[in-house]
Amino acid sequence: MSSTASPSRFSRLPALGRTAARALLHALPTVAGVILLSFFLMQAVPGDAADVIAAESGSATADSMAATRRHFGLDLPVLQQLGNYLQHLVRLDLGLSPRYNTPVVDLIASRIGNTALLMSTALAAALIAGVMLGTVMASFVGRWPDRVLSLAALLLYSTPGFWLGLMAIILLSVHLGWLPPGGVSTLGTDETGIAHVLDVARHLVLPTLALAGFYVAIFSRLTRAAMLEVSRQDFVRTARAKGAAPLRVTLRHVLRNALMPVLTVAGLNFGTLLGGAVVVETVFSWPGLGRLAYESVMARDYVVLMGILILSSLLVIVANIVVDLAQAALDPRVRAR
Amino acid sequence: MTTSSLPHPAAWRASTLGRFLANPAALAGLVLLAVIAAAALGAPWLFPHDPLDMVGTPLLWPSQDPEFPLGTDTMGRDVAAGLAHGARVSLLVGLAAAALSLTIGVSVGAAAGYFGGWADRVLVRLTELFQTIPSFLLVIVIVAIAQPSVGVIALAIGVSSWPVVARLVRAEFRSLVHAEFVQAARAHGYGHLRIVLAEILPNALPPIIVTTSVLVANAILMESALSFMSLGDPNVVSWGSMIGDAREMLRTAWYLAALPGLSIVATVLALNLLGDAANDAFNPRLAR
Repeated sequence: MSSTASPSRFSRLPALGRTAARALLHALPTVAGVILLSFFLMQAVPGDAADVIAAESGSATADSMAATRRHFGLDLPVLQQLGNYLQHLVRLDLGLSPRYNTPVVDLIASRIGNTALLMSTALAAALIAGVMLGTVMASFVGRWPDRVLSLAALLLYSTPGFWLGLMAIILLSVHLGWLPPGGVSTLGTDETGIAHVLDVARHLVLPTLALAGFYVAIFSRLTRAAMLEVSRQDFVRTARAKGAAPLRVTLRHVLRNALMPVLTVAGLNFGTLLGGAVVVETVFSWPGLGRLAYESVMARDYVVLMGILILSSLLVIVANIVVDLAQAALDPRVRAR
Repeated sequence: MTTSSLPHPAAWRASTLGRFLANPAALAGLVLLAVIAAAALGAPWLFPHDPLDMVGTPLLWPSQDPEFPLGTDTMGRDVAAGLAHGARVSLLVGLAAAALSLTIGVSVGAAAGYFGGWADRVLVRLTELFQTIPSFLLVIVIVAIAQPSVGVIALAIGVSSWPVVARLVRAEFRSLVHAEFVQAARAHGYGHLRIVLAEILPNALPPIIVTTSVLVANAILMESALSFMSLGDPNVVSWGSMIGDAREMLRTAWYLAALPGLSIVATVLALNLLGDAANDAFNPRLAR
């Protein structure tokens, strides 16, 4: 711990900048690793793009296949191919999808917004619900609200998201008819403005529920454990002894300090959340990255699949940097490190 | 914590087991898991025919025909047979994937924590790499490249889920590597392998045991998601693929999606109950 006076609001910015620079530098080898790994996975694919294109076109000769291989640089030695691959990546060129005959970057760009919408809604919902439930559980520790909610959290923790989604469709969509069972907006309408937003929001409810369930369980269990841990510490006893209101102690002293581990785990789980989105999107025909991944597996379009793998790994790295920054902003001790 | 404050190992082990078995959650988990394991082991005798064969009238509801207590699906396949045979796949994939994750994770974590220095730096980087790549996407990619079979699926899940174990084992090893009993073992002239396997690893076991139940549970969840998306092994019946097949019938025969899903929840719940109870038994002061 540094013994210097606590930094003023203004001196925080350069400190955050240093944190960001350090995090970026730290991420570089991981980025290189992701790219190398996906390149070698690509090499492990039986057949190559020329085979796929030949199969797509339905007619090919040995000569035309050789020409295609030359065109895509597939006849070069592996190291040279890796060099080309890296050159393309630097220009944000993830290749051309043989299946859609479209640049992979464009394909991903057209879908990533929907996935981002679903993931951020689910993450926000899970954080809010999880922290609230966890606070209730910690406040009533050992008594029946804690026991009931702990059991519910454990059940939710054990339930696959896609099945939760299907059961929600059966109940809320098929039997009660309250919510649409899939898609991102109602087909055949060209609503704009607020009507469109409401329509998308209605379509978003069930996928969010399916994706968030597991994380509500994680965050509530974690909040409970972290709050119990913090509430044993001296400063909480001091706050109580000073006569601070119990609610104020719970929210301002205990919960605030218990939020750090929750935030850390939320960042660590970003990758699993993305994986969960893949499954949930296929349940609800949600046109996002996950559905694109599914479609490209079905079409054996490995170029798109690798593009998604690289891009989502980069997203995870960015998410981790954001969490680092948030922690540095919230906790001076992290900055002093 | 110093080693001298710990009770005698045998007494410690007995009291841990006692605390574990006295926990109603642990008992519930054990019973649940025993029932599922019995169904999985007994499936070839209870339901000797291929669960993928048509054996009755399609779309019988549960208890409609005593011959098929849990009903039949759109293809006239016995749901009860599917659930029992599906338990085999789920448990097999779960155990195999967890074993692989443990092997990789313990090796990487132990080497990093024990040797430190550049080995530690390289292995931590490797762990971070595999922790960064979204594991479910990696599983999809590996299975798509290598063809879906039960073995490949277990391999893919194992290869993408080991970083948790590695981080945990590394942390344990780092805190134990300078302990007095390790120094004593060094003074005896024991080799690295013997110190790691016979001296440090047994002392690092409690958190590894707790993580194992979570690993198996997560592997079962991943396999079910994979086969639900029809990316699983097409030659075996699995709980996930049963739910996937039932998607077309949600309106009329929702039990086809509900029953295999409940089986997954029951299995994963049992494993999580065991994991929680083991955690409480190993850390009695934290348990409430």
